[in-house]
Amino acid sequence: MITVDRLRVCFGAATALDRVTASVARGEWLGLIGPNGAGKTTLLRAVARLIRFDGRIAIGDQATRGLTRRQLARLVAYVPQQPLLPPEMTVSDYVLLGRTAHIGYLRVETSADRRICAGLLDRLAMSAMAGRPLRTLSGGELQRMVLARALAQEAPVLLLDEPTSALDLGRRVDALELVDELRRERSLTVLSAAHDLTLAGQFADRLLLLDKGEVAASGSPPSILRDDVLSAHFGGGVHVLRTAEGELAVISRRRARPAD
Amino acid sequence: MTAAAPGKAASSATTSGAQETAASDPPTPSAERRPAGRIRPGRAIAIATAALAVAMIVGVTIGPAGISIGSVVDSLAVRLPWHPAVSVPGIDVAIIWQLRLPRVVLAALVGAMLAGCGAAYQGVFRNPLADPYLLGVAAGAGLGATIVIVTRASSQLLPPAAFAGGLGAVVLTYLLGVGAGRDGQARRFGGGTASILLAGIAVAALLTAAQTYLQQQHSQTLQTVYEWLLGGLSTASWSDVTLIIPYVMVCAVALLAHRRLLDVLRVGETEANTLGVNVARLRLVVVIAATLGCAAAVAVSGLIGFVGIIVPHAVRLTAGASYRIVLPVSMIGGAAFLVLADVAARTVQSPAEVPLGVITAAVGAPFFLFVLRSRRARQDLM
Repeated sequence: MITVDRLRVCFGAATALDRVTASVARGEWLGLIGPNGAGKTTLLRAVARLIRFDGRIAIGDQATRGLTRRQLARLVAYVPQQPLLPPEMTVSDYVLLGRTAHIGYLRVETSADRRICAGLLDRLAMSAMAGRPLRTLSGGELQRMVLARALAQEAPVLLLDEPTSALDLGRRVDALELVDELRRERSLTVLSAAHDLTLAGQFADRLLLLDKGEVAASGSPPSILRDDVLSAHFGGGVHVLRTAEGELAVISRRRARPAD
Repeated sequence: MTAAAPGKAASSATTSGAQETAASDPPTPSAERRPAGRIRPGRAIAIATAALAVAMIVGVTIGPAGISIGSVVDSLAVRLPWHPAVSVPGIDVAIIWQLRLPRVVLAALVGAMLAGCGAAYQGVFRNPLADPYLLGVAAGAGLGATIVIVTRASSQLLPPAAFAGGLGAVVLTYLLGVGAGRDGQARRFGGGTASILLAGIAVAALLTAAQTYLQQQHSQTLQTVYEWLLGGLSTASWSDVTLIIPYVMVCAVALLAHRRLLDVLRVGETEANTLGVNVARLRLVVVIAATLGCAAAVAVSGLIGFVGIIVPHAVRLTAGASYRIVLPVSMIGGAAFLVLADVAARTVQSPAEVPLGVITAAVGAPFFLFVLRSRRARQDLM
């Protein structure tokens, strides 16, 4: 569904991504992991065509380069790391913004658009707060609302940039479970960037490890979440534990100090 | 805060479009879903329209000639087709139709343009301090007008010269601003507003320098130039109205048509792009439309400050920040405000006139300070 071929992104003299080639199958969830500055967000922004790049990115068999903004927004929905939230806008107005690519230039929403958004708010258990201004919502509610806006685009590809970084641990799992349910319901293709390696391993079908702008490794979570692979890129303090249920948990260890 | 509305009603009052009137408000519990203290959108439009009607009646009625209200009504009526058989002095008819009415209509058009363009610039640059003169319209128009005045060309040329000067300045600003800036990434994707705003400041400074130089070199016309720069409508005529009305119509229709896209831009350039909006093109189209209207307004009225800032912010504070409300209500309210300000300008020191720009700034500056100190305004000026 997503094909990235020899992607290269430069910011002035600095190369942020180089020789990145990857593909994500329809309905698959690919988790981008890597240390700070590895290029995870840059890769997402390139797929959303928010930055200039060399190489080819295609959604299905459509190269993104030739598409208009509207066409691209019907294929790719993007949930940014820190969405800009107008404090006085209501939840339903905010979610309706997701319909922009389906509304004619200079036109306004139809009742069909409103129905779609009402259905999404219902699905995400947010109907009761449809009329509330954004400033009255909690972090978890805002996260679900931003997701609702992205889903309102009805795009087959969903890009998530650190979608849960503002949430507590319980809400993180809730949010990702919700994404996973929606992915199955709507056969969405998900590309997400994450710092939390444990969660990334639990939810993604495959992981792509980026380091210094290049693909360092890719494969199933058990093949990536290994002490030797991770410590080569995140430093020696990273350690993978296997729980009794067979789940992988990535923890960090403090450096050993000389005994007194 | 009021409680959230039950059920899954997705439509809210703020999204039902500018055409909505108070009468068509459905009996939904929209009051519950509206932030406390805000006027319902349809009602805001109705209130602004009523204010404009009252302002225009006051504007036509009040004047140094002391014509009674009955005589004003009769004078208005005799020019209408199938008018009732009334007899009014010809002088009254002339005063009403040739002096007061064109002046009131022109004030309304200029006020609507300044306030509407201010709101549009604030939206498209996502900057609460943006005003209609942001990109150099004022300086360019001032230079155009000064050239006509100092060369003692026909005063008929004054509005077209000011219009051309204002338009030329914005074109210059846009070319320089879009071309400048080292961040090619930001520019290409509609994020390069800072370089455009800075280019506007530079162009304005340059043209103002040229204008001031010309003005000082021709001290015999200093007074005329000065009066033009201060702004006013004392020479308003129907020819001014017909001169600007095409631009006013184009500008008003174009800005109102973009009201929803300006709302999308409230989540920022990047997110608007991902939602399917070509931000660079949106900005260009809105700037062109606003510049046409603003340059037309400046051409017939000179420089009238603060209308483009205080009116949109007053609307945001009372009726909400959605451009579906801010744009139409600013235009109607700006028209009402400037008609009343002009009444004050010609009555405070009657028969002498106070410059209109002095009146709007005298009201505008204190209000602006109030806006800056308002807590809610800090939260949501855009």
